[in-house]
Amino acid sequence: MLILTCPCCHVTAEETEFHAGGEAHLKRIGPDGAEGEFESYLFMRQNPKGVHLERWRHVYGCGKWFHLARDTATLEVFGAYSAQTTSPPDHIRSAIQEKHPEWQWQGAS
Amino acid sequence: MSETVTALKNAHYDAGIAEVSEIGPLGMITIRGDLDAPFVRKVAKKVTGVERPERGMCNSEGGAGIAWMSPDELLLMCPHAQVPDVLARLHAAFEDTHTLAANVSGARAVFRVDGPHAREVLAKLAPVDLAPEKFTPGMFRRTRVGQVPAAIWLRADGSFQIFCFRSVAQYMFDLLKAAAQPGSEVGYFPPESGVNREKV
Amino acid sequence: MSTRLATGGRLLNKTAPLTFSFNGKQMRGYAGDTLASALLANDQMLVGRSFKYHRPRGIVTSGPEEPNALMNLGQEGRFEPNARATTTELFDGLEAASQNHWPSLEFDVGAINKHLSRFLPAGFYYKMFMHPRPLWKHVYEPIIRHSAGLGKAPKATDADTYEHFYAFCDVLIVGGGVAGLQAALAAGQSGARVILLEQTPHWGGRAPVDGGRIDGASVDDWIAQTLIKLRGMENVTLRERTMGAGVYDHGYVLGYEQLRDHAPEAAGPRHRLWRIRAGHVITATGAIERPLSFAGNDVPGVMLASAVRDYVANFAVSPGDRTVLVTNNDNAYLTAIALKHAGLDVPAILDARVLPQDSQLVAQAKALGIRVLMGQGVSSVLGSKRVTGVAVCSQAGEGAVLEEIACDAVAMSGGWSPVVHLWSHCGGKLTWDKARACFRPDQDNPPTGADGLGFVTPAGAAAGVFALDDVLHDAHAAAEGVATTLGLKLPRDARSPVADRREEAPMSPVWQMPQGASVKLREKTFLDYQNDVKVSDVRLAAQEGFVSVEHAKRYTTLGMATDQGKLSNINGLATLAGALDAEIPSVGTTTFRPPYHPISMGAITGDARGDTFQPIRRTPLHDWHESNGAIWEPVGQWRRPYAYVQSGESTHDAVMREVTNTRQNLGLLDASTLGKLIVRGPDAGRFLDMLYTNMMSTLKPGKCRYGLMCNENGFLIDDGVVARLDEQTFLCHTTTGGAESIHAHMEEWLQTEWWDFKVHVVNATEHYAQIAVVGPNARKCLEKLGGMDLSREALGFMEWTEGELGGFKVRVFRISFSGELSYEIAVEAGQGQAFWDALLVAGHSLGVMPYGTECLHILRAEKGFIMIGDETDGTVIPQDLGLNWAISKKKDDYLGKRAQQRSHMQDPTRWKLVGLETTDGSTLPDGAYALGEGKNENGQKVVQGRVTSAYHSPTLDRGIAMGLVLHGPDRMGEVLTFPGTDGKTYEAKIVDPVFYDPKGEKQNV
Repeated sequence: MLILTCPCCHVTAEETEFHAGGEAHLKRIGPDGAEGEFESYLFMRQNPKGVHLERWRHVYGCGKWFHLARDTATLEVFGAYSAQTTSPPDHIRSAIQEKHPEWQWQGAS
Repeated sequence: MSETVTALKNAHYDAGIAEVSEIGPLGMITIRGDLDAPFVRKVAKKVTGVERPERGMCNSEGGAGIAWMSPDELLLMCPHAQVPDVLARLHAAFEDTHTLAANVSGARAVFRVDGPHAREVLAKLAPVDLAPEKFTPGMFRRTRVGQVPAAIWLRADGSFQIFCFRSVAQYMFDLLKAAAQPGSEVGYFPPESGVNREKV
Repeated sequence: MSTRLATGGRLLNKTAPLTFSFNGKQMRGYAGDTLASALLANDQMLVGRSFKYHRPRGIVTSGPEEPNALMNLGQEGRFEPNARATTTELFDGLEAASQNHWPSLEFDVGAINKHLSRFLPAGFYYKMFMHPRPLWKHVYEPIIRHSAGLGKAPKATDADTYEHFYAFCDVLIVGGGVAGLQAALAAGQSGARVILLEQTPHWGGRAPVDGGRIDGASVDDWIAQTLIKLRGMENVTLRERTMGAGVYDHGYVLGYEQLRDHAPEAAGPRHRLWRIRAGHVITATGAIERPLSFAGNDVPGVMLASAVRDYVANFAVSPGDRTVLVTNNDNAYLTAIALKHAGLDVPAILDARVLPQDSQLVAQAKALGIRVLMGQGVSSVLGSKRVTGVAVCSQAGEGAVLEEIACDAVAMSGGWSPVVHLWSHCGGKLTWDKARACFRPDQDNPPTGADGLGFVTPAGAAAGVFALDDVLHDAHAAAEGVATTLGLKLPRDARSPVADRREEAPMSPVWQMPQGASVKLREKTFLDYQNDVKVSDVRLAAQEGFVSVEHAKRYTTLGMATDQGKLSNINGLATLAGALDAEIPSVGTTTFRPPYHPISMGAITGDARGDTFQPIRRTPLHDWHESNGAIWEPVGQWRRPYAYVQSGESTHDAVMREVTNTRQNLGLLDASTLGKLIVRGPDAGRFLDMLYTNMMSTLKPGKCRYGLMCNENGFLIDDGVVARLDEQTFLCHTTTGGAESIHAHMEEWLQTEWWDFKVHVVNATEHYAQIAVVGPNARKCLEKLGGMDLSREALGFMEWTEGELGGFKVRVFRISFSGELSYEIAVEAGQGQAFWDALLVAGHSLGVMPYGTECLHILRAEKGFIMIGDETDGTVIPQDLGLNWAISKKKDDYLGKRAQQRSHMQDPTRWKLVGLETTDGSTLPDGAYALGEGKNENGQKVVQGRVTSAYHSPTLDRGIAMGLVLHGPDRMGEVLTFPGTDGKTYEAKIVDPVFYDPKGEKQNV
């Protein structure tokens, strides 16, 4: 069971206090979006074995959403950051690259 | 107007290793907005008499207090009868700003867990480090108690105040009673004295 | 025979005699005994029958690895199956019964299986019972069920209570042997917060039995002194009777504390599950001795050498008068020496090794006059229910008997296996230690935590370090290393204690005794006692192609059940490796999964049983409902009254009465469970326009509007009435189930997509008790309360107002989910009951009656109002329900708009909402499907619609229903056929879904 630190209220809590919200940095496709774009927004996910940027909500705590960079295979946590952003900040990128030099931010999918 | 009653009509249990009491009715007002804005700090202090608490804390004095709920939310506590007046003062102060004040007094049930083993009773139910050096008086933590969301506030050594939704008051009371059942001392935390029995 | 010795017994309190019973027979023991030691003291070596062949089995071990001595303990609410006698502390009045035998332990019918053992090889059940299939259910399964299984399942409700406890520490040490104690001491001295768990009631592990001196003192004295130091440290917690059950991700560890198993009458919970979050875990879990694989190694009286000396030293119990020791290592000589010192006879030591010269222990044994036969082993054990002797052979040969030695016990040792379970639970890797023939933790590949670094360190025997001095040094170094990673330092004078050293000759792995054992011998050589797996079974599995250790395990059942192969795994996989002609490390081990030993279901459950099984949500009026005949309907975690049943009524009668009364007079509904979300801010209108399919920003303060909410997939997820409180503030009503989920939905969009919107959301659901006052007399009732003008002119349909009604501060919504004149009135929750009481008084002469959720459903269905969860199921879009009027054409965007443009959503063949009227007035079965023409490609009947809601309407005195039907709205008047599950076929005509007051005149009066 994971322990995560919420970047909004700075509480470190166990996984049962959080709610996982899937892949982060999805770009919403609205009514003007093309069929393929919209399909990919709704259904297509990266699901990597390894580094994953994902959304979590501190549901039993401050109620805030945040983003988390995590390794899905080793469960190593590289860091948590604001949900009010469209790409991972530099300190998160370098924390990931320290362990996975080959990793690159692919942009919002 | 009819008298306002609490969910469990101030139920009480004192046959175990800690005393469990439903308290209230408490006046409770949610504030949402920029907690650092001077007008928020000012009016909050004016209506409660205490400073806006820092992150993760609750300040209180007598029957009033302020708890830090999230980066943009405070919980104001005051005597139940004063809620309309306090709300009016808040609304006046918040006019023209993007700040919300809402009466949530009826939405919650509030419990006290008192006694030398109070920490242990809570540590059976909440995944929180409640060691005396880690969870000190004044701290306020929103977390999970059993299977429901709740907030735990350590008023003073040996005296916790628990907030949960009103609908699960009976569940919370049953949980706290079970966790305080006779003979269930854990002996993990050093027993505490100095229980603060002052009424809110 | 096994018996109590006159002297010794370091764990016994001989001044405290106890009485207990075994299979109904009264026996005596002492405080400090385990059930196993007390049974042995009463000469009860035979304690059970094996699982498959029902062979007589005796106590093999003195610890938790015991495979044989499994007991049914206690009665009724305190009945517990599969308890290990070796870890069960004796208490006065303990009742134990052996398992797996019929009709009696001494004479067991199932033992016939042992004569059939040739016909019950590995995989027998898989092979035999595959065919013919019909025989399985009626013949095979009942027979197998009767004879299989270990303990009985308890039938009575558990009489005890259980609890959890959340603990946090820097360093968690599992195992309170000398390694654990030293590690705790060093970690404690560093200032870290330390928890030390020990599964038994005693500290020090087996070191005191094995002897030696630490810092010049006896092991017992060193333990006592160390405990004094540890108990004096505020930062160190010691818990005995607490097993480290499992190690999980990010330093999460479960501890299983047995508080009352040894004192069942004491107050308090029976077990406590410690949910520990540790910065670092030190596993000082020791090692387990391995049996040797020789014919008859399961005959009662054959025990692990370490267990034999434990019984002598700890409990003053002699397992036999004459004990033959068979070994491949020096350590087991301690047993022969201990027996000799206790005045017992050791006729011979059979040592499979050939040593160039006598080591210290061999010399010591010889000096005591014990006959030591080097290079020899056991060909077979003599005796069936009890050892009578051993046939000796040369280890290098095929089992030719050199001589027979009479004895009544055999102490065996095949070497030691570190307890690596906790290291491995969370991914720690193992390495094969060739010199000691065991797997030990590969410390370069530890389990990793949140920071990507290793968080488990083994210490002492668990790390593969066995000599006392090495163990202490290793434990100290482990703790020091952990302290360093935590940024802590040990005081300068902290050092590892020094123990005296003993020269030991190397052990020599023996996987089969004798090495060339014949098939006949192998068929009597047991690897896994609990599952009756023999060397021959594992070889057969290998022959049949089960070359992976995980497959071989499942095929043979080696290492399954309550002991999970603690004794058998290494011998089993060595046998498999031998059969495959492969190296042991290349065969590998099976997966170590938590818990280390079985833990009680009660401990896992904790407080989640009885009244606190799950949170039940109660409205402020719950108690009134309960004392006024409410039948409860669970709605999520809420309990809502389904109907209020009066005396002499059926539930159906009550529902019909409630509907009729509400239509004709006055009904009251507790609507408190409906979600009430305050949405406020300059962008609140804009925000709600994105959330609802219709336009909310144009709603005027004082007005209400019904709205629909969809998810991004376009599917309808919630509905409710939105009231605009002021320019910046809306109050959104949600369904009962939607209060939390729609609140979360709003927060999610505000926080993660539209964080530039200036909007706050507050879930005010539970602040209010909300009561619907419904029926032609509704206004009259409220007028009697007085205080507000609620006339048609003052408060029109779909408007709201606030004020004082009968002295209560209220908000009144003129909305209707029933088609009748209706007011929904919100008061603060703490006044809900008083307000309800006031309404009952005011409505008394107006025919007031409360109504429940079933009546609510009928009222809304008569009006053709949809219900989320009935008409919707997560695949229905508003357009399917004829709700196009509630979908704004003016808005560029709202959640679900894009999805509703997808081709499948626009498909004209989507089933659409209609009303359904049975031709005979009966009620359609809910969920029934309408048949179409022919069959589909899967040979199933084609369907063309389904019933989403169906009720008997007392208003119309006939069955009414709603359903989704192919081209439904274009087929008014057509009759469809619905086969029921009751064997009947129903015919129903497609009609308009609004059955009652289609013009809406009644709600508008």
